[in-house]
Amino acid sequence: MADEWQSKLDPYLDGELSGEDMRALDAHVRSCPSCSAEVLSRVQLKRAIQSAGKRYAPSAEFRRSLENKIAPRRSRGIAWDRLAIALATILICVAAILVYQGRQNLNRAQLYSEVADLHVSTLASSTPVDVVSSDRHTVKPWFQGKIPFTFNLPEPKDSEFVLLGGRVAYLRQTAGAQLIYQVRKHQISVFIFPENALGGSFASESAVRKELSFSVQTWAHDGLRFIVVGDASPDDIRKLADLLKTAQQS
Amino acid sequence: MEVSKDRLPAAVTFDELALPLFDQLYNFARWLTQSREEAEDLVQETFAKALRGFPSFQPGTNFRAWMYRILRNTFLTSRTGLKAAPTYSLDDENLAPLEPGTSQTPEAILIERSNQHLVQSAIEELPLPFREILLLCEVEEMSYQEISETLSVPIGTVMSRLSRARTALRGIIKQKLEGA
Repeated sequence: MADEWQSKLDPYLDGELSGEDMRALDAHVRSCPSCSAEVLSRVQLKRAIQSAGKRYAPSAEFRRSLENKIAPRRSRGIAWDRLAIALATILICVAAILVYQGRQNLNRAQLYSEVADLHVSTLASSTPVDVVSSDRHTVKPWFQGKIPFTFNLPEPKDSEFVLLGGRVAYLRQTAGAQLIYQVRKHQISVFIFPENALGGSFASESAVRKELSFSVQTWAHDGLRFIVVGDASPDDIRKLADLLKTAQQS
Repeated sequence: MEVSKDRLPAAVTFDELALPLFDQLYNFARWLTQSREEAEDLVQETFAKALRGFPSFQPGTNFRAWMYRILRNTFLTSRTGLKAAPTYSLDDENLAPLEPGTSQTPEAILIERSNQHLVQSAIEELPLPFREILLLCEVEEMSYQEISETLSVPIGTVMSRLSRARTALRGIIKQKLEGA
């Protein structure tokens, strides 16, 4: 057996010879009985080692123990991922709510401001009211056909509030009623608008609050938004609001 | 187990790569340590080290060779490994090649199946460097390149050491057969 082949037998059987060397050795082994016997015995040895070498298997207990040491990291990793996603979602929701609330607040502040403007400009006008009457039976019918809704006015008797009259007011491109009341020289505007036209910008119902130094109270009833605004005391505003609320229920 | 030969996908996790190697690594560890407890400790430590080192593992390099290298280095610094180290240092690849005459394969090896126990005890008797390289080549079916990466030696050394390991194993088997 040629030594030059001998040294290549192991790489040949380990599949590590180049294609050319492999073919050359193949050809030689076929024609050389000594080399082919050697190849056969080496193949047998390889197989024997392979078969004998696969000897040990880990116990199920050890496998579980190791998998538990490795796998929890993955599950913790996933938990972190999920936590991060959940946190991000919450943050986005909170941000969206804050933005929404911010816009709502801004919207509300703008509306109060517009309502206050309407009140002031009405009082500053030379003709504050279009229908001048303290008689609710005159004022209420006057609005018919001018605004797309109707409302009730409180009985004037036993009340310190005097109805001066009414006019059509516009807020957010919507026609509504504006009533002017007087109490101890303070004039108070009562605005009534369809609630849906204002886009739900007001809190459904508020106690009397100060907006731009005016006292304001607002509430909704049967799809109508009532806003009472004036420079009278918060107590007067609340009383007038209560009278109006009672009137709507009758 | 072909994962090691593939380029690693970007988002592959450590356990996805390492757990499939568990059985083979254990087998290899058991051959190195010759003890169940030590093999379990060794595999466990290997996984722990590899897990810690995984962020620095270079994708595209051979994961299997990396794991075996960690296991082997861990073993070599263990008490049992240090005991085997002097034997290891004797493994000089520059020694003259063994006589071809000693590489005669015993006829009896042809009945390999029935002689499995004999081959196993012959492998056990091999010096550590021969034992591990034969196992990596024949049992793990690693390429010379992978063995070279695992053992951190040049391919030429892999070839010469393999050849010497086979010759040594044949010698031991022959002795055992003659003695039997």
